[in-house]
Order: sequence, then C-alpha cells, then structure tokens
Amino acid sequence: MNFETIIGLEVHVELKTESKMFSPSPAHFGAEPNTNTNVIDLGYPGVLPVVNKTAVDWAMKAALALNCEISRHTKFDRKNYFYPDNPKAYQISQFDEPIGEHGWLEIEVNGEKKRIGITRLHMEEDAGKLTHTGNGHSLVDFNRQGTPLIEIVSEPDIRTPEEAYAYLEKIKSIIQYTGVSDVRMEEGSLRCDANISLRPYGRDEFGTKTELKNLNSFNFVKKGLEHEQIRQEQVLLAGGIIEQETRRYDESTGKTLLMRIKEGSDDYRYFPEPDLVDIVIDDAWLERVRAEIPELPDARKARYVSELGLSSYDAMVLTLQKPISDFFEATVKAGADAKLASNWLMGEVSAYLNAQNKELEDTELTPEGLAGMIKLIGEGTISSKIAKKVFKELIEKGGDPNKIVKAQGLVQISDEKVLLEYVTNTLDANPQSIEDYKNGKDRAIGFLVGQIMKATKGQANPPLLNKILLEEIAKR
Amino acid sequence: MAKMTKEEVIEVAHLARLAITDEEAVHFADQLEAITNAMELLNELDTENVEPTTHVLPLVNVMREDKSIEGLPRELVMKNVKEHEGGQVRVPTILD
Repeated sequence: MNFETIIGLEVHVELKTESKMFSPSPAHFGAEPNTNTNVIDLGYPGVLPVVNKTAVDWAMKAALALNCEISRHTKFDRKNYFYPDNPKAYQISQFDEPIGEHGWLEIEVNGEKKRIGITRLHMEEDAGKLTHTGNGHSLVDFNRQGTPLIEIVSEPDIRTPEEAYAYLEKIKSIIQYTGVSDVRMEEGSLRCDANISLRPYGRDEFGTKTELKNLNSFNFVKKGLEHEQIRQEQVLLAGGIIEQETRRYDESTGKTLLMRIKEGSDDYRYFPEPDLVDIVIDDAWLERVRAEIPELPDARKARYVSELGLSSYDAMVLTLQKPISDFFEATVKAGADAKLASNWLMGEVSAYLNAQNKELEDTELTPEGLAGMIKLIGEGTISSKIAKKVFKELIEKGGDPNKIVKAQGLVQISDEKVLLEYVTNTLDANPQSIEDYKNGKDRAIGFLVGQIMKATKGQANPPLLNKILLEEIAKR
Repeated sequence: MAKMTKEEVIEVAHLARLAITDEEAVHFADQLEAITNAMELLNELDTENVEPTTHVLPLVNVMREDKSIEGLPRELVMKNVKEHEGGQVRVPTILD
C-alpha cells in the first residue's frame, strides 16, 4: 500500500520589541539570567498586564505579509497549564479570535510552485527557559517570560519533508523582510513543531498524527520528518496503529523517540483574559501598518528577473535572506554588473560564509568593495584568478580594491611585449613540449601556460597569453 | 437539570492540581451540581441579539508604548525563591 504524507507546521516567532508583550521589562536575548523580569512577568498577585502596542503592530505586519485576513475585533485568552517555565500557571494567548487568519505563502520545490495555507497567526507571550541539569532538578531563567511571540499555524497542505523545509525558509525570509524578528533558530527567536500523519492514497480523512519536538534547525525538521514518515509507514504496513503521541527528534541518531502518549486532547480551559480589554482594529490602523511593509522576497525576486535579467533560481537564492539581497542591490547600485555581482555573492561569498560559519554582516566586505573588484575584472586590470586573492583580502580586512591591487602588485600583465618575452623564454626552455604539442598532445599547452603563470605569479592576462602562445608555437 | 459526577470533579481537581479525597469529590459534586443548576437559570433568557460580553466596561485598545524599564534586581527576585543556583531558580525536573 502506498501512503500520502500529511504535514502541518507550527512556527513560533519572537518579536524583537524593546519591552515585553504585557510588561515593560526589557525583552532582549542574552542578558544575565533573571535580570530582565518584573512583578508582572513573575506573576505576583494584584499586578495587571498592559498590551505592548508595537507588538500588536508587528503581529499585524507579519500577518499581512503572510496574506492573512486581519480580525478587526481581536482579544486575548488565558491558557491554563502548570509547568515551571511559567510562574503564572497560565499563558496569555489568543484562542478564538486570532489577529490573523486564512493566509498563505508560496513555496517552490524542484521548480514546482505550490501554495501552502496558513490557518491562523496569533499573539501570545513566551515562557521562561528551563535547563535540565540531569540530576533531578532544573534551572529556570525567567528573562524570556513575557517576550512577545507570534504563533503561525499552517494548514495540513505540506506533503513532503522538502516542502516543509521550503515552507520554513519562506516564513523565515518573509518575517525577516518585515523586520519584526531576528528569526534566528539558534537563539530561539524562531522555533518549529511538526505534525505528521500518513493516509492511503485516495482516502479523505487524515490518519492519526504524531507531533515532533526538539527540531533545532530546518535540517533537523526535514530529517525528523523523513524518519517519522518511514517509521509510521512501517508500523502501518505491519498492521499496527499509530498512537497520538509527542516524539522528540534525537540529533545524534537522526531518529524520533517517544516522549509521551497523548490521552485525549489537552485541556487548557481557555477563557477570555479578564485583565485585558478587547482590541478593535480600524481601517486607519490597518492601513498604517500595511504601508510599513517593505518589498517582500517574492516581489524582489520578480524584479530581479524582469529588470536585472537574472534567472529565476538565482533571483530566488539571492532574495531568500534580506541582508544578502540588500547587499546585492547596493553592489549593483555601486556600479557592478548584476549578473557578475549575483555570481560572486552566490559563489565565493556564500562559500566563504559557509566555511567560516559567518553572516555577511560579520565580515569586512562592503558593496563598494565588491563592486570595485568586479569593475577591475571587467576592465581587465585583474584576472578572475587574481580576483580571488583580492576578494579574500576584501572580505577579511576590507579596503579599496584599487589600492589592494596596486599595493600588492596584482595588476594583470596585458602588455603584449612583456608577455611575448615570457612566452619566448618558456618555449626556448621547453622544446620537448613544442614537439609534443605538434604531435597532437594538447596537454602540452596546459603545461606551458602553467609555466608562464608560475613565472608571472599568475598575473598574465589568460586570453592574451593563450593567443600569443599559440602564435609563437606555430612559428617554430 | 445537569448532573455532576464524582469523576468529573476528580478530573477538574486534577487540572487545577488540587488534592482531594473520594469523599470530598462526592461532597463537591453535590455542591457544584447545585451551583451549575443555579447558573442554568440564565439559559432561560433570550440572548439571541446580545453580543458576547467579556468585559463590563466600554473600553477597547488599552495599550502602552514599547518602552522598557530595567528589570528588578536579581537579589530582590530571589527573595521569594526557595532554592536558587547561579542566578537561576531551582525546581524539580518535570519532563514535558
């Protein structure tokens, strides 16, 4: 029997506001434990939460960017649960009137475009951070308690782990463009839980789903889903049944492990938050927020294709991350050819960042520097090979490419007389290679070019050198 | 008239993390039944054209500007904490 995989994702995004969702304590990542809290976060009796207006603006901004309809009347609800990460024993969230509903985004996998529905986007507060020490007790840091969160729930429209990956990349990209979050999974400002179930092809109703947790990177989401998909298939083919359970992804083995079996649905006893009044969003408010949304990745991508002549794939890769896309635009503005700037960013720059595990903004490379270097290649002042040396200098130390080229004597030798002298000397010293070439061994040319490049420290203009070399051999 | 069972009381008590005995559960079931039945009276009213009310005050959009105020000094935060370690609150491990 063949099964169809059904995946739905829940994504939590921390908003990078200055203060918390319902209290004025600072909402910054990385502070000393328990220094960013106050009586509201700590759930003292008699305190009152007050809604952070910017957080509502930003939740609305994210919802609009994800094509959601905005609820003109929205409210907060109390979700009751007991866990040491939350001293109030309830989380203020949204239940039946989320700020955004019925959204969608478009993904592209293997050249195929697909629209994934977004059921809802709601506002809530984050909980504190628990560290399990492994000897029977845990340590709690309440700094994160009360940090504004948005939860984005997808429709069960995702059919493969690759689509799940593409969906997450797209959410991250869109939210990054709106500027409301850092969306850094390693810092916890973007988190994901995945629901997955299988059903025989052709059946309408869904199978029993399992929920995957501890997915700490997009890659782990994909791998965890791949593993869970196979595990469920094996259980079903063996005549077993899937239990509704929560499973934890184990990074070291790539497997999913049972955390707990869910008996019935969780009973959070939601009720309208009595300490907060409702929120009514009028046209003026909605339009003000809508006007603040910048050009989003899909629109940029389309513009790169139509105006700059880039391929659809290149445009997609370049626009995925806003810092890269902004850098690309600044490089083009500084005078670089768009196609060349795109090649450098997707090639050398990206390889460097991956190898060093760095972000573009952590390097010394500037759009002006990259544009200047690309111009030097275009003008024939430096060869592409030498450019790699200049590039290394630019990304590690920064500076003006013109000065670097001059100071290090990297200017390409394009003077025919100078090149002729090198060619003549090399040919004189290697008569065997001339003979080999004339006997049909084309590789001999490569050897000769190599010798000359060595002598010129790689600075010979390659096309010109080739031309002179062939002419001179022919004369002998 | 709705019937409140002992099992329902035990379930609700568990959700609220209240430790009660079987005898108490029976006792509370009777009381809660009387209370919910009294509330049932409200269902006799025609609320067809009444908007659901979550607050009695005619207030909406009570919000504050996104300005932060330094958090409480940690020593003060820890004053009501039973056990702490390295600036963090120490609790028994409960795996979710």
